[in-house]
Amino acid sequence: MSYSIKQAVKQFFRNGAMSTASVFSISAILLILGFFFLLVVNVTNIAESVKKDFDTIQIYLLDSTEYALSDSMMKKLNLMPEVLDVNYLTKEQAMEDFKKLFGDKAYLLEMRQENPLPNSIVVRVTNIEGVDAVVARARSFDGVEGIKYYKEAVNRLIRFTNFIQVGALALILFLVVISVVVVSNTIKLTVVARDREIGIMKYIGATNWFIRGPFLVEGILIGLVSAVVSAFVVGFVYAKIIELFGTDLIVMLSTGFVPLRFMVGNLAVIFTALGVSIGACGSIISMRRFLDT
Amino acid sequence: MIEYKNVTKTYGSNIGLDDVSVSIDKGDFVFLVGPSGAGKSTFIKLLLKEIKPDSGSITFNGLDITKMSNRSVPKLRRSIGIVFQDFRLLPKKTVYENVAFAMEIIHMGPRVIRRQTPQALSLVGISSEAAKYPDELSAGEQQRVAIARAIVNNPTILIADEPTGNLDPDTAWEIMHLLEQINMRGTTIVMVTHAKDIVNKMNRRVISIKSGRITRDEKRGGYGETEDDFGRSELLLRGGPFSL
Ligand SMILES: Nc1ncnc2c1ncn2[C@@H]1O[C@H](COP(=O)(O)OP(=O)(O)OP(=O)(O)O)[C@@H](O)[C@H]1O
Ligand SMILES: [Mg+2]
Repeated sequence: MSYSIKQAVKQFFRNGAMSTASVFSISAILLILGFFFLLVVNVTNIAESVKKDFDTIQIYLLDSTEYALSDSMMKKLNLMPEVLDVNYLTKEQAMEDFKKLFGDKAYLLEMRQENPLPNSIVVRVTNIEGVDAVVARARSFDGVEGIKYYKEAVNRLIRFTNFIQVGALALILFLVVISVVVVSNTIKLTVVARDREIGIMKYIGATNWFIRGPFLVEGILIGLVSAVVSAFVVGFVYAKIIELFGTDLIVMLSTGFVPLRFMVGNLAVIFTALGVSIGACGSIISMRRFLDT
Repeated sequence: MIEYKNVTKTYGSNIGLDDVSVSIDKGDFVFLVGPSGAGKSTFIKLLLKEIKPDSGSITFNGLDITKMSNRSVPKLRRSIGIVFQDFRLLPKKTVYENVAFAMEIIHMGPRVIRRQTPQALSLVGISSEAAKYPDELSAGEQQRVAIARAIVNNPTILIADEPTGNLDPDTAWEIMHLLEQINMRGTTIVMVTHAKDIVNKMNRRVISIKSGRITRDEKRGGYGETEDDFGRSELLLRGGPFSL
């Protein structure tokens, strides 16, 4: 073990230029990967919070509908498994909310003598998939003027986030494969240079793992250094992005960026795991040809 | 301790060994001779499990190595010391490190290494060069280092594929005396060689191979001429075991 580490560190520095080159290419790949990770996590986060605003169905009632009728509607809806909760929203409350939302522009409505907003029942579903059932049920009721829901918008949002997630995953896999090739080629140079030495070691009875050891550690070392470098760069850039656009995002979408500490913590773990596996796989692959007895 | 039974090895249309059966006992000193391409290296590579026979069995210390898994190959090689014509020392390690490395590989503790390495170096008479690198040594000295490395783990057998091939006659003889000395300690020695005078003067067991077949196997033989059994007539002249 200590033999492997000593040899690997020696090789890493003796191969200075090549080691640096592979650290650069793996870091570049981890960086791209890291930014995609940031994108995916933040898009998912935003989508989740937006979805929350859209999992409500508003059932507008005719002004002629009496409260007893609406109350029985609410009870029926409440019994549905898809429904999380049901609330009654009076036209007065609706007006208050409207004023809050539009502030100084609310005078446009106030100018009219009557409150044009209807009474309504606000249904929240446990799962966005349940919207259809609730809407169908509400349609069957008398005294309903209209139903407002955002199923299409939400579906589109889900499709969009799924697309981003799948796309990012595919890209990440592709990049991982590339980086394995990069490391294995770097290490292959070392292996070729030490071909004779490996042959001699085999003759005097070294096991494959003894021979592989130093190269494996060299690969892992390259991976680790790359992981540290990229974690720092991604962290730095993400901090800058939050600093520049953080408040804008909260204003626009009522949710902020996923916190820096959480992101960098996770990325450090992911980068380390990936870097180490990339390095290890790369070196094992590079040695395959030289070790089959 | 070594037994080849009906061993055949071909390389495509080339014949390596053709139905060879032979046994070598513990403590033997055996010369393996024959023209170029006869199959001598094939014989040795089979024992090291560097290549596998097409048919037949090879027993080493009671184990059939043709049935041995690839994972056991390092273990097999640790019980066999090997010396080559071209020494095969690690160029970036000193003499001492080269020999110690053979022990590191089998995970010997540093104390054992510190004890046995100097012993091996002194046995081959190269203690004073311990701190030098291989390229600072003469060919004969390099071969001594290779021998020290081959015997440092006390193998039961030492295999030498033309160990004197790159050496001048005097140095070659020094190496032969060293091998003789190692043999006297009980180590079996199998040596491939083209050096006629060495074989003739050593007066040891000689196995001749030609075109993959054993053509001659004598307890106290000479190099022999090409095809006839000169070895036997020489033996008769010397009054060996078959003398009339
Ligand atoms: N890897 C190989 N591929 C094809 N043919 C081979 C291979 N190795 C050996 N041979 C053939 O097998 C035969 C025996 O070769 P081997 O190396 O055992 O001879 P040798 O007795 O050691 O010869 P030399 O004295 O020249 O070293 C030769 O005809 C050789 O050409
Ligand atoms: Mg040969």
